[in-house]
Amino acid sequence: MAINKKKTPEVNAGSMADIAFLLLIFFLVATTMNVDSGINRTLPPWVDEEQQDAPPIKERNILKVFVSAYDQLMVQGEQIHISELKDKAKEFMLNPYDDPNLPEKEVVENDILGSHVVSKGVISLKADRSTTYNTYVMVQNELSRAFNEIRDELSIEKFGKPVAELTDDQRKAVNEAIKLSISEAEPRDLGAK
Amino acid sequence: MAVIKKKGGKEVPPISTASLPDVIFMILFFFMVSTTMREVDLLVIFKAPEATEVQKMEKKSLVSYIYIGPPTLAQQAKWGTSPRIQLNDSYRSAAEIGEFIASERDKLDEADRNSMTTCIKADRDTKMGIITDVKQELRRANALKISYAAAKSQGY
Repeated sequence: MAINKKKTPEVNAGSMADIAFLLLIFFLVATTMNVDSGINRTLPPWVDEEQQDAPPIKERNILKVFVSAYDQLMVQGEQIHISELKDKAKEFMLNPYDDPNLPEKEVVENDILGSHVVSKGVISLKADRSTTYNTYVMVQNELSRAFNEIRDELSIEKFGKPVAELTDDQRKAVNEAIKLSISEAEPRDLGAK
Repeated sequence: MAVIKKKGGKEVPPISTASLPDVIFMILFFFMVSTTMREVDLLVIFKAPEATEVQKMEKKSLVSYIYIGPPTLAQQAKWGTSPRIQLNDSYRSAAEIGEFIASERDKLDEADRNSMTTCIKADRDTKMGIITDVKQELRRANALKISYAAAKSQGY
């Protein structure tokens, strides 16, 4: 039949490239490339002012870190440079020589890790209202670094490899064993600029 | 063309552009996969502080953002230069954060509400005062998982 002999005309694909270009440009404009990254923290739950009688923590179990309005750093009453903070925090959390002035430790049993030492130390971080955010993040970063190094050391001791190479369960166990014990006190308003 | 024909004699075959759409589509898919939609127009100048121990945000859908910083140049005539808090597409006061968190939480599934994270994107030169106010409001709104946005660096 006549109809059968007719060929279907080819679809003109010449404008396909233009359409694709249009879509491409739309996505280039409407989207962003950057992957968000940041330092994760957990805030303490809100407590009403009346019932603020938290159990007292022993003096030896607290490392007081204070960032002043002029971005200076004070640890346990001494002014230090930020490059020293990580080692201070590590020494405080590990208490390698069982110093009576550094935090108490206890041995904890765990299914995955076996027995390991847990420090009762808490780092108390205080910042003035006039501290710049950059300095504050740098201090938080140094504290994170201290905890990450402690975790790595425990991981190498127990599994022979750093935290980054552990399985999810093992990593969870290590993170659980060495908790990020940073307590953020209400800020002070001293020396406002 | 006549001129070319006279000179060269042989005609150069035209370059086939049949695969051009495919190439463009490939680039398009690359961009679709590797980028994310821009959600808000920034009204504040925001330069993230740098840190070495940063972690990547796991699930974008669970993250809500709070921007803090001085208003952009276009907004400065109206709003001045002191740092402001931007929620969604406008400047807000710290007291409105509770409402913002509640509406963000309502968007999530029941199961995901506990893992909601608030990302504080503050300019590096902001004073801690305003950030502390934000943090107190977040505590009050029970949005306890926060993340201080920071760019990855190699350390000091």
